[in-house]
Amino acid sequence: MSQNVISLDYKIIVKIISENSNILDLGCGSGELLKLLIQEKKVKAQGVEIDENAIYQCVEKGLSVFLGDIDSGLEDYADKSFDYVILNQALQQVRKPDTVLTDSLRVGKKVIVGIPNFAHYKIRFQLFFRGKKPITEWLPYEWFETPNLHYLSVFDFFDYCKKRNIKIENSYYMNAKKQISFMPNFFAQNAIFLISKD
Amino acid sequence: MSKKKENNIGLVETHYFNFSEPSNEFILESGVKLDPATIAYETYGKLNSKKTNAILIAHAFSGDAHAAGYHKGEKKPGWWDNMIGPGKAFDTEKYFIICSNVLGGCKGSSGPATINPKTKKAYGVDFPFVTIADMVNAQKLLIDHLGIKKLLSIAGGSMGGMQALQWMVSYPEAIRSAIPIATTAKHSPMQIAFNEVGRQAIMADPHWKEGNYYDDKRPLKGLSVARMVGHITYMSENSMDNKFGRKLKSNRGIEKFTADFEVEGYLQYRGDSFTRRFDPNSYLYITKAMDLFDAGQGKSLHESLKELKANVLVLAFKSDWLYPTAQSKEIVKACKMAGVNATFCEIDSNYGHDAFLLEIEKEAHLIKHFLQKILNEID
Repeated sequence: MSQNVISLDYKIIVKIISENSNILDLGCGSGELLKLLIQEKKVKAQGVEIDENAIYQCVEKGLSVFLGDIDSGLEDYADKSFDYVILNQALQQVRKPDTVLTDSLRVGKKVIVGIPNFAHYKIRFQLFFRGKKPITEWLPYEWFETPNLHYLSVFDFFDYCKKRNIKIENSYYMNAKKQISFMPNFFAQNAIFLISKD
Repeated sequence: MSKKKENNIGLVETHYFNFSEPSNEFILESGVKLDPATIAYETYGKLNSKKTNAILIAHAFSGDAHAAGYHKGEKKPGWWDNMIGPGKAFDTEKYFIICSNVLGGCKGSSGPATINPKTKKAYGVDFPFVTIADMVNAQKLLIDHLGIKKLLSIAGGSMGGMQALQWMVSYPEAIRSAIPIATTAKHSPMQIAFNEVGRQAIMADPHWKEGNYYDDKRPLKGLSVARMVGHITYMSENSMDNKFGRKLKSNRGIEKFTADFEVEGYLQYRGDSFTRRFDPNSYLYITKAMDLFDAGQGKSLHESLKELKANVLVLAFKSDWLYPTAQSKEIVKACKMAGVNATFCEIDSNYGHDAFLLEIEKEAHLIKHFLQKILNEID
């Protein structure tokens, strides 16, 4: 895999994670991120993925992965079994995000959450002027076919963490091309948070 | 001989390993000494110089050591020939494959049909009780005999999967990986119940005679009925519907209590052909060993897996209602709790429990890549 095809969120996550750590990737898809993490940071990796075909691709890559949904699979792990639990672009698709986050913070010392920001200005304008469900490059689905069950913004995530006493150790915001820091709730397409709870 | 495909290993033969001698006694879990003791086995491929490429295949309830290739003069290949051979999931170009007949079986290993040296007659039900752990202990002696310290993998479906689990518990240091397929850490009441129906069918046959039938007529009707029940549990509602529907065997109309439906004819045929290759007493011994199997040995399975450093690939099949996915997930759960490096997939299939013998493409894909990873990690 050449460096320039690695998406920005993967680059950020690789940067966050320290070498030789123990990782659980919830919603790992075909395992691209885990493979990258093994190459770059020599992590011990475990994936969870609901799509059977993605499992075959993960096993091709030599990854350890469980077929299953994220909503029901965390209760078996002991507290702090992992250095990092990754929920990249997955939280908005689970049935009970509150439970999944609570469990992730229990089994992981730290949790990396990547979410699409639903308060991006393009989405706001579409909703305001068209009065229809916004459709963007990074949220391209019609309402009747979207896998996303929950829509939240950067500010929503802040509020949630405050309510649950979750510490946001670091946050990263990005548009399609690069990392940004100015007015993220308005300009960020995606956000990545490194969170923990004592 | 004529249609031998290029990716078949060709002619193979069964070997015999005798291992209970005065200097090296084989004591069963029950405390009884088995003497003499024999294991029938076959090997395919070449053992490398470091002896690191050996994979043990454990067969299911009615299987045998003949897993792949052809016996001389026979048209049918071994029972997992579509998985074992050059370029296949268990690639004989890369791996040294071993498959042995279980203890208590009737295909060359010591079992109830073996001659008891004390009476010079077949043991019958005097044959000592065997467990899945006994079967695995015998396999371990075979592996030692072949000079292999650590298996690259132990793989098997159904009862073969139970043996894989037993290896994970009994000899964690002697395996680099394990592949339990369509199996369970312990039988559910439903699984025990089906086995009991089979046993009762055999024992109700007047020819069974407390297991002493070897000089006389054998309880073939009972064995056949037992096998018929078994075959129902190996299929799925869907696969039976596809295969038979409500089709009649002939258009001569319905006769009184003959096999009118295709499904009846099929079951009778399978039951009947089974009696030509299986010993009724072995049926009793082996099903009982399965029913009593508990990989966790009374504790939680994850306690028993704490020592395990091996990689585990757990496979289940969607339509398998005899060994349902939930049982495989229990194994996965124990792996998670014990910190064992594991992979789990429920393969989409309509074949029911038989899927581990039939849903080859997907199963082979997962196993092939999983084994390659284990092989890569050695170097």
